[in-house]
Amino acid sequence: MTVQELPGAAAYRPTPPPAWKPITDPAPLLPDPEPYRVLGTDAVADMDPELLLRLHAELVRGRRYNTQATALTKQGRLAVYPSSTGQEACEIAAALVLEERDWLFPSYRDTLAAVARGLDPVEALTLLRGDRHTGYDPREHRIAPLCTPLATQLPHAVGLAHAARLKGDDVVALAMVGDGGTSEGDFHEALNFAAVWKAPVVFLVQNNGFAISVPLAKQTAAPSLAHKAVGYGMPGRLVDGNDAAAVHQVLSEAVARARRGGGPTLIEAVTYRMDAHTNADDATRYRVDSEVETWRAHDPVQLLERELTGRGLLDDEGIEQAKEAAERMAAALRDRMNADPELTPMDLFTHVYAEQTSQLREQAAALRAELDAEQDHEHSAEAGR
Amino acid sequence: MTTAATKAGSRTAKAKPATMAQALGRALRDSMAEDPTVHVLGEDVGTLGGVFRITDGLAKEFGDDRCTDTPLAEAGILGAAVGMAMYGLRPVVEMQFDAFAYPAFEQLMSHVAKMRNRTGGAMPLPITVRVPYGGGIGGVEHHSDSSEAYYMATPGLHVVTPATVDDAYGLLRASIASDDPVVFLEPKRLYWSKADWSPEAPAAVEPIGRAVVRRTGRSATLITYGPSLPVCMEAAEAAVAEGWDLEVVDLRSLVPFDDETVAASVRRTGRAVVVHESPGFGGPGGEIAARITERCFHHLEAPVLRVAGFDIPYPPPMLERHHLPGVDRVLDAVARLQWEADS
Ligand SMILES: Cc1ncc(C[n+]2csc(CCOP(=O)(O)OP(=O)(O)O)c2C)c(N)n1
Repeated sequence: MTVQELPGAAAYRPTPPPAWKPITDPAPLLPDPEPYRVLGTDAVADMDPELLLRLHAELVRGRRYNTQATALTKQGRLAVYPSSTGQEACEIAAALVLEERDWLFPSYRDTLAAVARGLDPVEALTLLRGDRHTGYDPREHRIAPLCTPLATQLPHAVGLAHAARLKGDDVVALAMVGDGGTSEGDFHEALNFAAVWKAPVVFLVQNNGFAISVPLAKQTAAPSLAHKAVGYGMPGRLVDGNDAAAVHQVLSEAVARARRGGGPTLIEAVTYRMDAHTNADDATRYRVDSEVETWRAHDPVQLLERELTGRGLLDDEGIEQAKEAAERMAAALRDRMNADPELTPMDLFTHVYAEQTSQLREQAAALRAELDAEQDHEHSAEAGR
Repeated sequence: MTTAATKAGSRTAKAKPATMAQALGRALRDSMAEDPTVHVLGEDVGTLGGVFRITDGLAKEFGDDRCTDTPLAEAGILGAAVGMAMYGLRPVVEMQFDAFAYPAFEQLMSHVAKMRNRTGGAMPLPITVRVPYGGGIGGVEHHSDSSEAYYMATPGLHVVTPATVDDAYGLLRASIASDDPVVFLEPKRLYWSKADWSPEAPAAVEPIGRAVVRRTGRSATLITYGPSLPVCMEAAEAAVAEGWDLEVVDLRSLVPFDDETVAASVRRTGRAVVVHESPGFGGPGGEIAARITERCFHHLEAPVLRVAGFDIPYPPPMLERHHLPGVDRVLDAVARLQWEADS
């Protein structure tokens, strides 16, 4: 049946839908196809040398933190560690662009961002050591718990940023997610809410090439992850994720824009996961060494170091100092992680509700009795020795 | 009723040690080889073979279209499986870990469980959702949940969980062959448990819904499933020294529930303890205890007791040993079964 055959079709005159809003020009929302770079360009000269040196020192420290934490998994001191080696520029820039009053919403891989923001390096590791899910008070540091279920922290970031604005505070939330996480429904919902509410949020996607074994090409058919922004009505930006100066600049602009009431931005940092997904994963099953080698030549620490030495901002002594500071941090981390954490089994029941239920009180009493019996047993065993 | 003893007797000479993970992988492979409509999909199931390597080799053997690495989106994976099943395929979905199945709850509760009913029987959904579940492997948060109570409370779903290598194979084959959706819970701490098993002559594929007596006894019945079966078997052995002869029933399927096997056992022994590691409050044990009481009231010498995980979010790995019900807690419960009457 064609349209003409429909009863009354002759009278049909198409008119535009009454509430149609003209589409704003999407062009400004689209990312440049080439990831933004600063290192190796004249733009470096416009950047504050102090900031560049700070970035460098933090990158060196961050790299050392990653190698130290990985070593701790081999000694059995950490159950698991998802290393961010190769991604330090994103981690550090994310921490350094935020003001104290701002909030960070990290994923499980973003220990480094949390530490660079000032979190105690050991407290940041309790989740991965296995003694506490979140070893710190998120309010104290304005760092949400390192988030294990993918992308689920993104709507939280939107809600918090929205709440802060409703209260009249100029607080910005920076939410971090991996390339794989962008496929989750929560990613879509968070971006949509943020754009509709003009919430002061910055979304930072660290596109490190893989979600465990799955390469980006199997994750999305979008021209880039940053391109997704236009559909929500927010700007998308592509940045070289190994160029610490560039990531810092792009994030700073987005944070400033959010703070001014300009709404959210989606930033895709193109980087690479140099290590396996975690120490428990075998990356040789799904990727080739030559790819890793190409990225090794684009190492974020080396890139910044070469630039700064080339410009005479950093010399061997400066590099040595940064390394020594990183070594001190690593030694302290090692020492503190070598001490067994104090475990209090009765804590199992303490933080389930504000007020314990009678059932939990019963269960706590039962465990107390078990623990006491265990201890008596140990004592009598010792006495018998 | 098959018991562990009769099964062991029927072993062929070719049997050699295999893990539960291998048996599950073999079940997938055999199902796919037999039936071209069986498709496996999920996160990392292709090249990697799944984070637990259950799907290892399937993509190579059957191609990416039959064993597909999906985008990382559980709701999308299960929702797509619904559509695939609507068009005549038999999707087997892998959820990477228990707590990562939660984003797919909408699809599971609103569609997978209800489609047959909504469509007056016109559109059954033969989907198998494989969920590695439970603790005891030292996983970080969100990697150790026991979510069976949610699934059990949702009419329209079968809920199946193997505890042995044989059952891993047989029950998964039966689940994939089922015309109803099955939530297939894999006790991840038993993935590497071994038993003699012969891939050439794998165990018979029984229909799902039958419990099995793993150990016969006269004093009391331990009713359990999945990860808690080895705990109960060990407790039953230890109980011999205390003078108790315990029977152990492995449910294998929570929905449908085998009232017959369970009630028959409890009528014989007169006492029952339900053991599982998921939280006790609102958990499977309550339902099971009620069913036993309804059927065996006059045979019971003592109230049906439950030994379960505490009613808390799954704790960090360093504390999980305090949470998980072990042999001692099972024996404590057995000791509380009002034995005075006998002595
Ligand atoms: C909802 C959910 N599904 C699955 C997982 C299991 N998982 C943990 S990390 C990961 C890959 C994440 O990849 P990506 O988002 O790219 O981040 P990356 O690990 O590369 O930093 C998966 C599938 C999870 N944590 N949460």
